[in-house]
Amino acid sequence: MKKLSARRRHPLAALVVLLLALAATGGLYAAFAPAEKAQADSSAQSLAIDEGKKLFAVGCSSCHGLNGQGSSDGPSLVGVGSAAVDFQVGTGRMPAQQPGAQVPRKKVAYSQTEIDQLAAFVASLGPGPVTPTKDQYTSTDPNNVSKGGELFRTNCAQCHNFAGQGGALTRGKFAPSLDGVDAKHIYEAMQTGPQNMPSFPDTTMPEEQKKQIVAFVRHTTNDEPNPGGLALGSLGPVTEGLFGWIFGLGALIAVAIWVAAHTTKAKKS
Amino acid sequence: MSHDIPEEKLPEAHDASHGHEVAEHGDPFADPGLPAHEPRRTDIDERAAKRAERQVSLMFIVSMLATIGFIASYVIFPIDKIIYVFPLGHISALNFALGLTLGVALFCIGAGAVHWARTLMSDVEMPAERHPIEADDEVRNDVIEQFKTGAAESGFGRRKMLRNTLIGSMALVPLSGVVLLRDLGPLPEKKLDHTNWIEATEAKPIQLINMNTNQPMKAEDIEVGSLTFAKPEGLEESDEDFQQRIAKDALMLVRIAPEDIKDAKSRDLGFEGVLAYSKICTHVGCPISLYEQQTHHALCPCHQSTFDLSDGARVIFGPAGHPLPQLKITTDEKGFLVATGDFAEPVGPSFWERS
Repeated sequence: MKKLSARRRHPLAALVVLLLALAATGGLYAAFAPAEKAQADSSAQSLAIDEGKKLFAVGCSSCHGLNGQGSSDGPSLVGVGSAAVDFQVGTGRMPAQQPGAQVPRKKVAYSQTEIDQLAAFVASLGPGPVTPTKDQYTSTDPNNVSKGGELFRTNCAQCHNFAGQGGALTRGKFAPSLDGVDAKHIYEAMQTGPQNMPSFPDTTMPEEQKKQIVAFVRHTTNDEPNPGGLALGSLGPVTEGLFGWIFGLGALIAVAIWVAAHTTKAKKS
Repeated sequence: MSHDIPEEKLPEAHDASHGHEVAEHGDPFADPGLPAHEPRRTDIDERAAKRAERQVSLMFIVSMLATIGFIASYVIFPIDKIIYVFPLGHISALNFALGLTLGVALFCIGAGAVHWARTLMSDVEMPAERHPIEADDEVRNDVIEQFKTGAAESGFGRRKMLRNTLIGSMALVPLSGVVLLRDLGPLPEKKLDHTNWIEATEAKPIQLINMNTNQPMKAEDIEVGSLTFAKPEGLEESDEDFQQRIAKDALMLVRIAPEDIKDAKSRDLGFEGVLAYSKICTHVGCPISLYEQQTHHALCPCHQSTFDLSDGARVIFGPAGHPLPQLKITTDEKGFLVATGDFAEPVGPSFWERS
């Protein structure tokens, strides 16, 4: 102690004290700083954003701009959220093949990991709808199907048809069929309103109702057998009438011709 | 008449019989007359006739069995049993069995009857001469004479007052029937001119209720590009007259960035870009909600009338004659969207202008 006190006027004493103080503060901070785990997460997140940015620069920036600000060829992606990316890229709609009335569903170009990285990058541009988790769109309650059916007929059936078979819109646009669409993608479509589809945000259609609609769509397009057999596209009286006229009347005419073509006379002429 | 005879060669024979008179005038194409009757196997061979009889009976018996099968399948199959049938795919067993058996039962009756007629009923050709429709002169003159005598004796032409009052009384009688049509139902009166939003006033506004959640909405709940359906506060699906009321009151809420709204009047009727349009098409009143959020077009599924919601719901395509009526909305002191009055025009199919 004496030794220390004797050197307190040493020219380097101030520096030593400063170093000690800094070390103590840093050590204390390191000891009490909140959540090392969060640090790990955010670094994984920022890694995904970096990877996503690279993928974005290669695959998306020619239309949407290097920073997703949009251009004359593609809309701004600021604030569309990760759900929009997961939907558009996850259903193969993006990257778009060509401009046109509507970008259709096609083969998916990216792996789910890459889609997640792209989504992370686009989500970092501005807050927007977040990719739903599995329990948000998977329902276990069987009553959800009938409740979802009612909501579907109020909100969705006008464009997508009462059986989810899709339908025509104006000037070459169309509401696609919902056959074989992932539950997650149905949910994301309602959240984000892709292309010309209006969105159904949680403020006007709560999460629980979206889950019910997903349950109904999955049930109707996948599980439910059709008691009538051939559904003929579930398009209603037009296809059914056409089928009746062509095949029903056609069969009657064929029988009539067959009967008339076969004489019953003993001497065949 | 000749169409009743099921014989392929008959049209020719029929023409020939008509050609008789022409031939008398030296027509180079001589009338060949009817061809000789050709017997069928069943006419000359009793065994063939017996066989045909058995075939017809067999079809009738199959029909009977099919009917029994119909009744049996109705009893046997549970209503929710699904089976796989190629090429129909998965199908209700009950539907399939009922349709198949009923079809076979009806078809076999028809096929049996046709086979019977072709093989066993007489097929001897019987030409039926076609006569002029007009009666001969003697009869015609007689009838005309009688009519004239009757007209003269009744004084119908001479006593004009009798004739005119008779015509008058005959003309008025059907009016009784026309008046009775009034009993078909109450007159529409002013019911088509206004919706139930008319109960809303500046002092007592009516909230817009979200059809999904049955809750009132704030303006910030309606995002740009979203689509929401609304009904007036106080109208419940359990109400007895719900269908009648919602058929006029239904609203479609969209939000368009105020700078994208081309029609200034429409912008003023809305609240910060939230626009409340009638959901009822102005053509024939279909519910219209095929909304495209990028083009702001609303398409009617019935006849493809297209409305531009960013331009006061102007009709840009199709048979509709008027834009969709827009409801003036604002917010109450709690921030919920409310209406303070009715639509400025009658909603639904265009009819007479509001009186």
